[in-house]
Amino acid sequence: MEILVCVKRVPDTAENEITIKGDGTDIQRDDLVYSVNEWDNYATEEAIQIRDKVGGAVTVVTVGDSEAEEILRRQMAMGADKGILLADDAFEGSDGRGIASILKAEILKGKYDLILTGAQADDGAAQVGGMLAAMLDWPYASLVNKIEIDGKKLKIGREIEGGNQEMNEIELPCVLSIQTGINEPRYVGIRGIRKVASVEIPSHGAGDLGIAAGSVGAAAARVKRADYFTPVMGKGAEMLEGSMEEKIDKLIELLKAKGGLK
Amino acid sequence: MAQIFAYIAHKNGVVEDSAAELAVAAKKIDAAAQPTAIVTGSGSTLDSACQGAAKLYAQVWKLDNAALAYPNGEVVRKALAKIVPAGSIVLIPHDTFGMDMAPGLSIKLDAAYAADIVGLDGLSGATLKAVRQEFAGMAHTHVTIDTAKGAVLTLRPGSFQPDGSSASGSVTDKSGDAGDLGAKRRFLQVVEAETGDVDITKADVLVSVGRGIEDAENISIAQELAEAMGAVVSCSRPIVDAKWLEKSRQVGTSGKTVKPKVYMAMGISGSFQHLGGLKGSPFIVAVNKNPKAPIFQVADVGIVENILEFMPALTEKIGG
Repeated sequence: MEILVCVKRVPDTAENEITIKGDGTDIQRDDLVYSVNEWDNYATEEAIQIRDKVGGAVTVVTVGDSEAEEILRRQMAMGADKGILLADDAFEGSDGRGIASILKAEILKGKYDLILTGAQADDGAAQVGGMLAAMLDWPYASLVNKIEIDGKKLKIGREIEGGNQEMNEIELPCVLSIQTGINEPRYVGIRGIRKVASVEIPSHGAGDLGIAAGSVGAAAARVKRADYFTPVMGKGAEMLEGSMEEKIDKLIELLKAKGGLK
Repeated sequence: MAQIFAYIAHKNGVVEDSAAELAVAAKKIDAAAQPTAIVTGSGSTLDSACQGAAKLYAQVWKLDNAALAYPNGEVVRKALAKIVPAGSIVLIPHDTFGMDMAPGLSIKLDAAYAADIVGLDGLSGATLKAVRQEFAGMAHTHVTIDTAKGAVLTLRPGSFQPDGSSASGSVTDKSGDAGDLGAKRRFLQVVEAETGDVDITKADVLVSVGRGIEDAENISIAQELAEAMGAVVSCSRPIVDAKWLEKSRQVGTSGKTVKPKVYMAMGISGSFQHLGGLKGSPFIVAVNKNPKAPIFQVADVGIVENILEFMPALTEKIGG
């Protein structure tokens, strides 16, 4: 099975405090730790496990700048066979539709049976997989937490409300967005990264992909971020201050009053 | 002015809360809007869902087809792409169905797409200004959406408070217009979540742990605190993904809905999916080393500390 996994380099929210720049144009990016989007890691692991079971190859692809190459190498260190970087100044400022059309152009250059994406990334839109499938006219399923191969079909589970699982049968080729928890992504050590450090990663631009200038990027985006801002919230929590001991004493008093402690 | 449609989610013949929320959102886009509800399904449960929608919307379009009996995103998308006129604004709840169906619908309708909207500032010309969140709720953004060729928008459940207004709408049967509903994805069945050894939905006090617990070995620290408090241990999604606790202990839209009196959010950042599982206005205590954690916006009491130091100290003081 030829599998393509679409991945994204994002600020690691577990490692970073996200703060907004004074003028609201962006978040403070100077000291951010970047990594591969968490959901994409599960997607890559799933692709590798499928390949190991039924044969074929796993390709990882990302739309980004040259810095995004590091996450392709990381996924190759996990076991992906190939990496492709889709980079061009013309891609900058693309909305979800723009990213999906860039990916579609690359997919049509190859011959894939299965496309995996993470269920969502840092912007929380969860949109590219579904758009891509619609552009390709392939079937789509989101939030997938189980995949079983059955010839030209897959039996898949979708995570729905309440922790229930919606089972579906889906024909290949198809696009699936992968939910966290579907597997346990393998650990990647420094040694693994070193092994793939010199592997060449091809970079394709708008010209290579036959994408007309102006059909992607900021000019074509119908959805644009105007600013980042800090909302006026309700009163928020009553913050307990003082030493650890003082905070604990105050908390115990409150818990007793609210029925949290007998 | 673009026509506005609302996709109505329903279960067992009853419309979900999102039906009223989308009606409010439509008014925020255009105060003079006369939005049309679209209800898909089959048979008698569809008819009662249409009656429910008609109490909220002046016009209701009914799509009755055996293929729509279960809301399979692939099939519903096909039907909507056929009946929704070009240039419309379509509102859909941002739930596991909406996430599945809506992005592709925007492509099929050649409309703009914006997901998980939490606020709407109204239209100016064809430009709609909306509020979203990024980075797991740690940053808010305004986005502009060019609706000149229509828009598909998914709205976060609970973000638009129903205003109590009612309608006595008429139901139009559009079933004949849906066309061929064959799809390459077939719904098989829903497998219910397993019940675990402990029922967190019955607990009065929950000690709930998130990423801040850092390691499987530290789960015992939370268990000791729970024991001292006479509470039960629950958790957020990352703890289940890491397989440190059973799925049956997960609080959130993809886990259990709980109604405790007191909720101790320990090292939980407070994503909307997690908070979606908290009902009945519990007294929320949040302990997190990140003073900017979104959980502090919704908690009653907040403490900025590392839970790995705070929990043992609290346990000792209580006398565990």
